Amino acid sequence: MADMKYTRDHEYIRVEAGVGTIGITGHAQEKLGDIVFVELPTIGKVLSKGQEAAVVESVKAASEVYAPVSGEVVAVNEAIVAEPALVNQDAEESAWFLKMKITNPRELDGLMSADAYRDYLETLE
Amino acid sequence: MVPFAGYAMPVNYPSGVIKEHTHARQAAGLFDVSHMGQCFISGPDWQTTARAIETLVPADVLGLKPGQQRYSQLLNESGGILDDMMITRLCGTGHEGTAYVVVNAACKDADYAHIAARLPRGVTLEVRDTLALIALQGPQAAEVLAGIVPEAAEMGFMSYIATIAESVPLHISRSGYTGEDGYEISLPAQDATSFCRRLLADPRVKPIGLGARDTLRLEAGLCLYGHDIDETTSPAEADLLWSVGKRRRAEGGFPGAPRVLREIASGTARRRVGLRLEGRAPAREGCEIHGSDGTPLGVVTSGSFAPSLGGPIAMGYVETASASLGTALSIVIRGVAHPATVVSLPFVPNRYHRKKPPGASHG
Repeated sequence: MADMKYTRDHEYIRVEAGVGTIGITGHAQEKLGDIVFVELPTIGKVLSKGQEAAVVESVKAASEVYAPVSGEVVAVNEAIVAEPALVNQDAEESAWFLKMKITNPRELDGLMSADAYRDYLETLE
Repeated sequence: MVPFAGYAMPVNYPSGVIKEHTHARQAAGLFDVSHMGQCFISGPDWQTTARAIETLVPADVLGLKPGQQRYSQLLNESGGILDDMMITRLCGTGHEGTAYVVVNAACKDADYAHIAARLPRGVTLEVRDTLALIALQGPQAAEVLAGIVPEAAEMGFMSYIATIAESVPLHISRSGYTGEDGYEISLPAQDATSFCRRLLADPRVKPIGLGARDTLRLEAGLCLYGHDIDETTSPAEADLLWSVGKRRRAEGGFPGAPRVLREIASGTARRRVGLRLEGRAPAREGCEIHGSDGTPLGVVTSGSFAPSLGGPIAMGYVETASASLGTALSIVIRGVAHPATVVSLPFVPNRYHRKKPPGASHG
């Protein structure tokens, strides 16, 4: 059973067996608009919570993707590097950015649930 | 919506920047550019008005024919660019001594104060902030507008007409900021919404936001004030000498003329260039430009993904020795040097309507 958590910076992390799949939310891709460039970390990179993990650029601007929790990068999604527009089409499923082996699962407790994230988005409107 | 020079403006409409950009290149895009500053400068006759404007800009204003438009820059005393602008000589009874001038939104209040303080007695500045300004741009713009204003189809690039269509007074110029054929249409603000709805009812017309306006003008190699040009850049550095009139070069008599004329004669230390990047990473304003050996040579002033080219492009200033076409440079993006090449501007060939107006002589 995958557990989906969200950050205030519009990253999601889907946790399965100690590995988190990280990407940007549907809301984030919609706000960014046409995505034309993605830069991903190297496998093996150790990231601490809140550290810049990836870069995503729309036509208009560059944005950072931050690590929602601390961990080690174990996989990156080369498909979105080759075709950045995939992020606009399927941000929360096939167009994930990276997978991390989570070093401190307790950090997940500080993130928002799907319901809390939905409420948070309403405060931004 | 984003704040832009005090206006709430859409970055894009629901279809998104790339679709909007492509639509303007393939059909017709409608832009609301009512934030731009529109004013009339009027004197007793054209000679008096033109001479007054020529004390502020390096263009040949006197030589404008009725209904002709020209691009120029408002210069400061050291030849730096205070703003860039379009100057049109109006035509028609009662307008013989009037120029219609369009300036940038962010500069307009400063421009108006600057201009008004320097006009001689008898020449007046009238700010027309009750006028809206829309642009219809793209290869199908002419056919679309001809359905409402048949005479627009006959206009040549950088020409102007005043007309009335369906009881709305229109000032139409065949020019724009996309590199495409098209028009800028000035009309009373109270008529603008219905006129825009009328245009948007045509399936060939789609609304275009600020995002695509920026990528279209960048591909067309056109400067954005406050980014590619500002008070620290001169017309020669910005590669805008084509807009400095031949007579003005001989006579001078505009702000910063000593510098501009010296730079025409002996060149500048740096120059605005177009840059094509390898790879996919877009260079953004502020990225450093280095020589292939890593020497800092300048900085990017505009950069984005070019939808028509499918890759990143940029404009920036480099030392003149590295400004020739084909020079291999690099642009530093997030600390990493990305190879780039100096290419000719525009990036995408422009498709202006160069047809001579009826009766115009050749040569």
